[in-house]
Amino acid sequence: MRLATISLGALVLALPLALPLAAPASAQGVVNVYCSVQVEWCTLAANEFQKASGIKVSMTQKGSGETIAQLKAEAQNPKGDVWFGGTGDPHLQAAEENLTEPYKSPKMADLHPWAVKQNTDSAGRTVGIYAGALGFGFNTELLAKKNVKAPACWADLLKPEFKGEIQMANPNSSGTAYVAIATLVQLMGEEKAFEYLKKMHANINAYTRSGTAPMKAVARGETMVSISFVHDGVTEALAGFPVKTATPCEGTGYEIGSMSLIKGARNLANAKKFYDWALTPDAQKLGAQAKQFQVPSNKATPLPPEAPKFADMKLIDYDQAKYGKSAERKRLIARWDSEVGALPKP
Amino acid sequence: MISRAPLAWSVAGLLAAIALPWYALQEGLDSGAWLGGLWSSEDYASGLAQTIEHGKWWLAPVLVALVICLATALMQTRQRRGTLLLIASAAGLLLFAAQALGIGLRGWSTGWLTTVFGELDSRQVGLGAGGAVVMVALLSLLSIGLALRGGFGGDAFVAGAVTTVAASIVLFTAWPILRILIQAFQDGDGLLAPALLVERLATEKIWSLRCLAGGGRCGVAWNTLFLALGCGIGTTALGLAFALIVTRTSFGFKKTLRVLTVLPIVTPPFVIGLALILVFGRAGVVNQFLEWSMGIEPTRWIYGFQGVFLAQLFAFTPVAFLVLIGVVEGVSPTLEEASQTLRADRWATFTTVSLPLMRPGLANAFLVGFIESIADFGNPIVLGGDYGVLSTEIYFAVVGAQLDYGRAASLALLLLVFALGAFFLQRRVVGTGSYATISGKGDSGLPTPLPALARRAAAWVALPWAAFTLMLYGFAFVGGLVKVWGRDYTPTLDHYTKAFAVERTADGLLWTGAAWNSFWTTLKLAAIAAPLTAALGLIAAWLLVRQRFAGRSALEFATMLSFAVPGTVIGVAYVFAFNVPPIEITGTAMIIVLCFVFRNMPVGVRAGMAAMSQIDRSLDEASLTLRGRAPQTLVYVVLPLLRPAIVGALVYGFVRAVTTVSAVVFLVTAEYELATTYIILRVINGDYGLAIAYSCALIVLMLAVILLIQFAVGDRRLGRRAVALKGGRA
Repeated sequence: MRLATISLGALVLALPLALPLAAPASAQGVVNVYCSVQVEWCTLAANEFQKASGIKVSMTQKGSGETIAQLKAEAQNPKGDVWFGGTGDPHLQAAEENLTEPYKSPKMADLHPWAVKQNTDSAGRTVGIYAGALGFGFNTELLAKKNVKAPACWADLLKPEFKGEIQMANPNSSGTAYVAIATLVQLMGEEKAFEYLKKMHANINAYTRSGTAPMKAVARGETMVSISFVHDGVTEALAGFPVKTATPCEGTGYEIGSMSLIKGARNLANAKKFYDWALTPDAQKLGAQAKQFQVPSNKATPLPPEAPKFADMKLIDYDQAKYGKSAERKRLIARWDSEVGALPKP
Repeated sequence: MISRAPLAWSVAGLLAAIALPWYALQEGLDSGAWLGGLWSSEDYASGLAQTIEHGKWWLAPVLVALVICLATALMQTRQRRGTLLLIASAAGLLLFAAQALGIGLRGWSTGWLTTVFGELDSRQVGLGAGGAVVMVALLSLLSIGLALRGGFGGDAFVAGAVTTVAASIVLFTAWPILRILIQAFQDGDGLLAPALLVERLATEKIWSLRCLAGGGRCGVAWNTLFLALGCGIGTTALGLAFALIVTRTSFGFKKTLRVLTVLPIVTPPFVIGLALILVFGRAGVVNQFLEWSMGIEPTRWIYGFQGVFLAQLFAFTPVAFLVLIGVVEGVSPTLEEASQTLRADRWATFTTVSLPLMRPGLANAFLVGFIESIADFGNPIVLGGDYGVLSTEIYFAVVGAQLDYGRAASLALLLLVFALGAFFLQRRVVGTGSYATISGKGDSGLPTPLPALARRAAAWVALPWAAFTLMLYGFAFVGGLVKVWGRDYTPTLDHYTKAFAVERTADGLLWTGAAWNSFWTTLKLAAIAAPLTAALGLIAAWLLVRQRFAGRSALEFATMLSFAVPGTVIGVAYVFAFNVPPIEITGTAMIIVLCFVFRNMPVGVRAGMAAMSQIDRSLDEASLTLRGRAPQTLVYVVLPLLRPAIVGALVYGFVRAVTTVSAVVFLVTAEYELATTYIILRVINGDYGLAIAYSCALIVLMLAVILLIQFAVGDRRLGRRAVALKGGRA
């Protein structure tokens, strides 16, 4: 009796300890993918790769910020194999912090130069899989109601009619907002760029925490204009919202959605197979199928008709290598914090 | 008789060391692949094989300690057996802990060990079945040794329970929390630099008070405090109003009010925030109507302090109500009658007798509101706009563009200080005065009706509020049934089909809905976690109330620790502590279950303690006199009387497991995706329809489960009557 009851007491401790024994998946024929694009795209990619290769994909969808946080926390004992998608800066940062593995895919020759440059900039640790330009999203119904002309240039955003009508993300938490600031700095020079941001502050109604939130707010009429990636606007427009997008006439920056192999990956061979596959046109078509309209990095991938075309935009020569460095990033964000973020609410 | 227990545990430990893989397996135990490599393969080898064959010499002392325990158990003389057992098992445990912590994935885990002993050309991964069983065996032997030496009243069961509870709390609450908090004092390379904490905390972003001086934003610390104070006061006031209406007036819809109080508890965290956007957002119903009818420009006032405050009031008022109702009911009419006999009017009676007697309840309700508010993550993230609070700031310090764990840890420390400050404040307010109004003597008086002013005030505050809550839930429900809220109000079941579609194919049913995966995982893990939470909580409560042993108050404090720490911090702490050996469980279902159990256990403990103190000790003593031992007393006497507490702990354990989000954001994987994390992803993507549809389904599920638990555990009214009866006679 006593024995039984003591065991009962210990059971509470023993039970949870015994549980995990049925834990992580088998090392054979598996690849663990951390996926930082939209969930539909992630699922589609997982299924298609599984069909094409027979390798089981275990996919975890998380934003790029959460993913790099996870990579750091797991650095001593990585659980993922490939990191697919998400804006390029965190990938460059991961490369800088030695969290990812250099790899030169045989598919490299088929890629656009910007995708290859991402690879050389990071000493081979990451590669571009898609690109998306930064621009404005606006709600056409709200514009019509207020009888305001849609913004076409960065300068337009300072106009008084947009007072309290613009939303952008907070660079402390969002990579999108950081791309915007880095773009302005490269376009105008740092001093002028901060002058501009300070002036625009009067027109901003909120610096949201998430980078995609401003476009969602535009779609639902919660704000008139957003500073966002333009391909996000296409998705909203297709969902039936009165959203249009524009890229600034002065020129604009862009993100390079990237992919990296995680250092210490347990299924490195399969991870490389996934990596090579993700650079083929067959894989890159899936973005459009999931209603995501970035520009794919493989030259042979057909561009969906809805996608914003790079040819129609004025793109700056975005220096991913310089502005992807964490020191530069920390410095610019700190400056934004003290000079812009801390300003009183208009 | 007692000699069988140490024998059994020693044998069990040794068997595990010989026949089970010592380290964790990549593919899990159930694959059986390890059976062939138990001796030869370095991955699969048992503890013994690792020691002899694979050069893990540091395991040898642990195994020797187990052998000594076995020898002791086989000893004929009873004398000194306890002492020997105690020394051997304690030494074994210490050595076990030392090797587990000292040697990690890359040899020695800290620099100074390397300098002292030189490079170690070996490594070890996380503990597996063998190691875990050996550890449990050593712990049990330790507790038996303590009991044999006369500790814990010589009762091995009590000793075992105390060691079990203490060890599990140390492992799964104290250790991860300490690990993360230490980061606040470390620089990027892990070096200790206490000055960094000051540097991290003494910034404008945290402490600026410019919002008060007109213009500018206040620091996140003030934001959090203002919000928490507002929420604490607001929920207490509203909860009191409801409690007074239910107990002291002839209000007709008391049942409805009771149901309203359950709703927010089973609601996933951001539903209220979403409903507020649907109603008050710029494209929301109210603004659209105002613009259409009066041409008032739609505004964005809901984003920021106001919105978060409103959402928190809606979410936490029911909790305050639940805390207060018992207290308001408990105020003895006799005292109020005495006051009136002394010619005080109703108002004077209310303010000088009834209200002061409710002080502990009010302080408790305020404390709960305050802590719920500072730990809240769902509402500020949905409605905060650019009004940052500590919980969101911590989240973004970890996942945002800054990636600064040190900052996250310092902010977490600050949050912990706020929470503890509120605890002590509450203790001070309640003080040592006596508020006891329930005694053995019968209360024959009738509760005094409220003074007219108080009654009207309560009704005017509470009833519109209740109506409003109903309306919010109504809108939330409808939001899941229209195509796109704010644009296209065509009724549709699309969101439900997308989430919960089931197709009938030749092979049977195919669960094609997008939500099924996370739905079943949530259900399964919550169902595993709830009984564990309840069991551990009630055992801990029983120990704390009924047993006297050294370190009791320390244990009590430790059980409350995880309640005061916000979920995000717990989540990150778990990743940090359990991603590396010795306990390497990230990416498994177990870490999620453990997180549920240890996060929600404090409430089980509280419920158990409250219920237990109502049961007269003489019942235990009677059982003991009749030669029932501690476990029998617990099983046959105490537990049956505890049915309401068991129901409460089970329900709470389950419901919180289903609705928690901030703690598990970092713990979920593709394989073990949870409903709440899935929903928040939809919300972030602006897919409100699906998010709301899913949430409604969860609410229905939880109500069903609550009914099921009540049914399974038994009628709680019967249990209660028995308690009252026996308590009364004693």
